[in-house]
Amino acid sequence: MSKLNALMGWVDDRLPVTQTYEKHMSKYYAPKNFNFWYFFGVLSMLMLVNQILSGIWLTMNYVPSAEGAFASVEYIMRDVQWGWLIRYMHSTGATFFFIAIYLHMMRALLYGSYQKPRELIWIFGMFLYLALMAEAFMGYVLPWGQMSYWGAQVIISLFGVIPFGIGEALTEWIRGDFLISGATLNRFFALHVIAVPLVIVMLVVLHLLALHEVGSNNPDGIDIKKLKDEEGKPLDGIPFHPYYTVHDMVGIVVFLMVFCTVMFFFPEGNGFMLEYANFEPANGLKTPEHIAPVWYFGAFYSILRAFPDKAAGVIAMGAAIAILFVLPWLDRSPVRSWRYKGWISKIFIVVFAIAFVILTWLGTQPATGPNTLMARIGTVIYFAFFLLMPVYTRIEKTKPVPERVTGGH
Amino acid sequence: MKKLFALIAAALPAFAFAAGGNVHLDEHRTDLHDKASLQRGAQTYMNYCMGCHSLEHSRYNRVAKDLDIPEDLMMENMVFTNQKIGELMTNAMRKEDGKTWFGATPPDLTLVARVRRPDWLYTYLRSFYEDPKRPWGVNNAVFKDVGMPHVLADLQGRQVKGTAQVAVGYDTLTGQEITEERDGVLYLAEEGQLSAKEYDKLVFDLVNFLTYVAEPIATERQRLGWWVLGFLAIFLIPVYLLNKEYWKDVK
Amino acid sequence: MSQDGVNHGRRTLLVGATAAVGAVGAGFVAVPFVKSWTPSEKAKAAGAPAKVDISKLEPGAMLTAEWRGKPVYVARRSEEALQTLPTLNERLKDPDNTNKAQQPAYADNISRSRRPEVVVLLGVCTHLGCAPKYFAEVKPEPFDADWKGGWFCPCHGSKFDLAGRVFNGSPASDNLEVPPHSYESDTVVIVGVDEENA
Repeated sequence: MSKLNALMGWVDDRLPVTQTYEKHMSKYYAPKNFNFWYFFGVLSMLMLVNQILSGIWLTMNYVPSAEGAFASVEYIMRDVQWGWLIRYMHSTGATFFFIAIYLHMMRALLYGSYQKPRELIWIFGMFLYLALMAEAFMGYVLPWGQMSYWGAQVIISLFGVIPFGIGEALTEWIRGDFLISGATLNRFFALHVIAVPLVIVMLVVLHLLALHEVGSNNPDGIDIKKLKDEEGKPLDGIPFHPYYTVHDMVGIVVFLMVFCTVMFFFPEGNGFMLEYANFEPANGLKTPEHIAPVWYFGAFYSILRAFPDKAAGVIAMGAAIAILFVLPWLDRSPVRSWRYKGWISKIFIVVFAIAFVILTWLGTQPATGPNTLMARIGTVIYFAFFLLMPVYTRIEKTKPVPERVTGGH
Repeated sequence: MKKLFALIAAALPAFAFAAGGNVHLDEHRTDLHDKASLQRGAQTYMNYCMGCHSLEHSRYNRVAKDLDIPEDLMMENMVFTNQKIGELMTNAMRKEDGKTWFGATPPDLTLVARVRRPDWLYTYLRSFYEDPKRPWGVNNAVFKDVGMPHVLADLQGRQVKGTAQVAVGYDTLTGQEITEERDGVLYLAEEGQLSAKEYDKLVFDLVNFLTYVAEPIATERQRLGWWVLGFLAIFLIPVYLLNKEYWKDVK
Repeated sequence: MSQDGVNHGRRTLLVGATAAVGAVGAGFVAVPFVKSWTPSEKAKAAGAPAKVDISKLEPGAMLTAEWRGKPVYVARRSEEALQTLPTLNERLKDPDNTNKAQQPAYADNISRSRRPEVVVLLGVCTHLGCAPKYFAEVKPEPFDADWKGGWFCPCHGSKFDLAGRVFNGSPASDNLEVPPHSYESDTVVIVGVDEENA
């Protein structure tokens, strides 16, 4: 043992291994009242690892060319030993990554985790979300099916609304051709497998460093560092390791059970994860009857379509994402958690969540009369939640926040 | 955790919606474990479809292995070109020829069951009817003005569209069929080599085979899925107890 | 139970159990990733046994077939060449096929073949995998003044006799490999199959 300690000491003199481990694991004090919502950070990490591993293996047999892409995916599904499982891990993983991310973001909304002093954590998180959307979009182009092609066509065309001929030039530059082509596919492949993943990993590091600097929030939204014992440990804090490592493992196993149920029994997700039309090779001369994004883009696609004017739709969609970045400065409430906010906030956050789910659903459906009306109502709710926030969080009466955390264990 | 399950459970029924289209589709009760049905379907495919529609992502030996067909029998009865058992199931038709003959190149059908779904295929292949205005003298109720001729016409017989008696239910007392006269329905004017029932079965087997070939791993995937879930359930036990043990410290 | 009220034995046991089951799980997860590196169905189809027609192969001539992407040399040896083989033993590293991995049992003989006159060899040098060149004629060669016919590897100068046996002084240490093969008929060799007509 002493030899091992000596070795550890030798390393520590040269690289702060023990110090880092203590700072981020064994002496990182997290509030003891984390609930269900606090699983989704680590679950997002789990899905990131899943995507990177399965993704690396997919590149070993995938052929990034307009001629070979579609057939190479079927080659992976049929001829590569176990290739089908690796591919389904990746395609199902994308969906579960977004499920985890959306619930993780919802947690931040509920408990005010974006509020001072955690604004930077939220900003890094939003950049992560943005990078993830770009990553998922480009990844969906790679199988080079009908939806890959026409989805890319629609999304890239959005840049065309920029006036003064800039939009036109920009879309052409992104495509590298006069229409979506092998050139587009190849650059998306490069971005999808190396550029964006690098950005995502770096952002995750920043996200965590910023979190561990200020400490984790909790369902009560109170600062556990205010009350410490004689040793300087927060009274309501417990070391992340072992308590939350063993705790997260329960969440991970349960999450994996849900993940595996979908992956092994519903890998197509009834057409929401692997769209039926995408089993047909890309054909630039024939548009599928109904173009819909994969489910996780549904909400923003709905907002886009809620406007009769293309430019207005694109601006609204951009604004819907951009407004998330300034959330920390929209919330003027003296308390963080919705538990102690007033009734307006409580109602608003529930209605907002419902509206987001409905918008997501509508985004996958054809834009018929009643659907468009619902999408418009949903869009109004979406923006009202954010734009009215500075008002209602200031005027409403909040409840007193307790000294110590409540609930939990 | 309970909440997570509730969330997923609530989302699942919403997935179960039909993918567009206005035509009523008959249900295909796909059974990928019925090897005999899959073998018959494969035989029908090779005899009637393979000439125009390749299965270019699939290999003969994979089909032989999955469907329990000995390789020599497969070579004798199903491989009509001078291909080897390990090769992809392509055909000799050139794309340009197909286009000239049918107005559109007959598509490869390896993945058709994943694109169109089994119900659609099952209904489509039973919905050709006589229409002298069309180049091949037939039209289709599911796929209007389709370029494909009714290849199975000799087996099915002459199906026409018009006014006919349609079964709408059964008399609960006598058990007799109740019929109603309706317009614009498909009915068999003249029986072919097969009875209506036999023809339905033939199409059923064919669609069953197409569903298999679209995702040959499907049955293995599900079989494996149970083992994985079983393992995770076992893994959950020590993980859960470990968590509980450590959290005794937290007051 | 110890004084701090913690049952350390139970904790150790549970940590061990979790780690053990987790390790098994990690092993399972590794399976698809490891196995996906084995030859795919496409590779297997391309690596199916190759038929070689030797009806037009003259004594002294060689033809190159392909099996599993590797060159396969099929050469017909003359009577004199066969008689030369035993005389070379002194100059060879492994004249008696002591390395059994280099040939199937049915080719474990002086001619290293099923039929004395026809030899089937993988054209992959046992040194570093280059394809040795065929020099059938008995005449002084730049690389060997006393050449009796055989293969010479241009990469690093390994020399093999007409049975694929490696000469002393070559960087290669093993004889050329005889792949599994059999005769479908008098004139057709199947490379990659052992049994039929053995």
